[in-house]
Amino acid sequence: MLRPVSTFLHGRNAFYVSLLLLPPLLWLGTIYLGSLFALLAQSFYAIDEFTARIVPELTLATYRQLVTHPANVDIVLRTLLMAVAVTVACGIVAFPVANYMARHAGPKLKAFFYVGVMLPMWTSYLVKVYAWRLILAKQGVVAWGFDTVGATPLLDRALETPVIGGPSLASSYIGMFIVFVYMWLPFMILPLAAALERVPGSLLQASSDLGAKPGQTFRNVVLPLALPGLAAGSVFTFSLTLGDYIIPSVVGAPGYFIGMMVYQQQGTAGNMPLAAAFSVVPIVLIALYLSLARRLGAFDAL
Amino acid sequence: MRSRKNWQGASLGQKLAAAAGLVFLHAPVWVIVLYAFTTEDRTYQFPPPGLTLHWFEVAFARSDIWQAMRLSLVVASVATLLAIVLGTLAAFAMARRSFPGKESITLLFVLPIALPGIITGLALLAGIRAVGFEPGFWTIVAGHATFCLVIVYNNVVARLRRIPPSWVEASMDLGADGWQTFRLVLLPQIATALLAGGMLAFALSFDEIIVTLFTAGHQQTLPIWFYSELFRPRERPVTNVVAVVVILVTLAPILLAYYLTRPDEQAPGG
Repeated sequence: MLRPVSTFLHGRNAFYVSLLLLPPLLWLGTIYLGSLFALLAQSFYAIDEFTARIVPELTLATYRQLVTHPANVDIVLRTLLMAVAVTVACGIVAFPVANYMARHAGPKLKAFFYVGVMLPMWTSYLVKVYAWRLILAKQGVVAWGFDTVGATPLLDRALETPVIGGPSLASSYIGMFIVFVYMWLPFMILPLAAALERVPGSLLQASSDLGAKPGQTFRNVVLPLALPGLAAGSVFTFSLTLGDYIIPSVVGAPGYFIGMMVYQQQGTAGNMPLAAAFSVVPIVLIALYLSLARRLGAFDAL
Repeated sequence: MRSRKNWQGASLGQKLAAAAGLVFLHAPVWVIVLYAFTTEDRTYQFPPPGLTLHWFEVAFARSDIWQAMRLSLVVASVATLLAIVLGTLAAFAMARRSFPGKESITLLFVLPIALPGIITGLALLAGIRAVGFEPGFWTIVAGHATFCLVIVYNNVVARLRRIPPSWVEASMDLGADGWQTFRLVLLPQIATALLAGGMLAFALSFDEIIVTLFTAGHQQTLPIWFYSELFRPRERPVTNVVAVVVILVTLAPILLAYYLTRPDEQAPGG
């Protein structure tokens, strides 16, 4: 039954391609792009302060509110700062793991490491966040660990730090930061390992033959060649942190993050335009980040 | 076996740092498994004062968990089926030919997973409200199918690009028509990629929370049940038991997908 159809289509390339593309494009075009436009339109509406209803007239009032209210600016800065800190930390923690699996491990051990990194990455997101709440809780694993080695005063000192501290790790920015780093670490390890695998061994040998110390080789040869991997990983860690609202609401201090603000404004606050405007912020920041990374030459070696 | 091209072995410090990274990634999962057996039901006391299987029994008897579980399984199945059909069609169109506008279409196919989930979620909600739909089962499915489609597409298109074009030519030269070539040459080659993509899509959908919270209306998938339990816990150890079940349900298809697309099996014909 299908044979005459396929015979008819064979050779009619353009027709064949458009027939294949029609259903998926129709799906993404209407449901996804249509929704994105609806979202963008909402951000140019504003809410009437007296009736609390959305006025469907194009205006920049909501964006003005976003950039002029100090509380809103604080939320954006807080989220941005966290995203930068998490990205830097992920790069530092990921490097030894990626470096070992890419350049030192034999084939068997390498496969073990890849599976070892991918399994936790694919483990349920919500379960992992929840696990950290247990681990960081007042009587949780971390507190127990500090107590066992007699370092509880050290933990208390850290929690007394203004701003980043809190009553327990589970309700402080330190705890939130640890959870973010944990959650996105595999997204940094995998592209970094892929980039490090492509570093030719002969270059390292040449560098050491020419008298470079291991540290110099690392700084002048390995690091520049690993930059595309670091850049690719950092795009993940940066953008995932910017958009997340589960982690800050399950683990962390009372300060709002962009994602939480979006969720709260569309829900209990009923201010869809402000939620929409807030959700545009991560898109803009990610676009800025990408162009910055490109200008720094992060993608040149790809 | 250490190959010779590793001109310099790793120092003890490097080995320890790599091992520590791996332990850091795995420890939380083991902690949650341990907590599912704890006898302590009020605090998160560590180490647990005792171990019991009691909470599995309690969780098993809870109808709300079963209901959420059933909804999640049905949503994941329907979304995966939709994604397999749409993603495969797209992959066949995009694998080789070039045509005007291909670049922008490629961008469209990565956008749903490139943009943060919260944007997809809020956008879908805005879209649902704009057309006056009631959020519910089908809006959850529509949201999930959108990013599942991308997963299937990526898997299948990568496999299709690795099949040498000469295979299709050879098949045609030997007298097969287009349909026979698809069924006998292409389909067996993409079968594992298709299955792997479907498995990943299923696992992603089963576990999805960020988009679902926006599109679910009053429906409760298992992740939404779990999320609400985090803020209004009824029986904490029951949440831990569900966590273990969720880990198992998501990891099984993912491990299967991994073995289906292992590097040594990726070359067509092996």
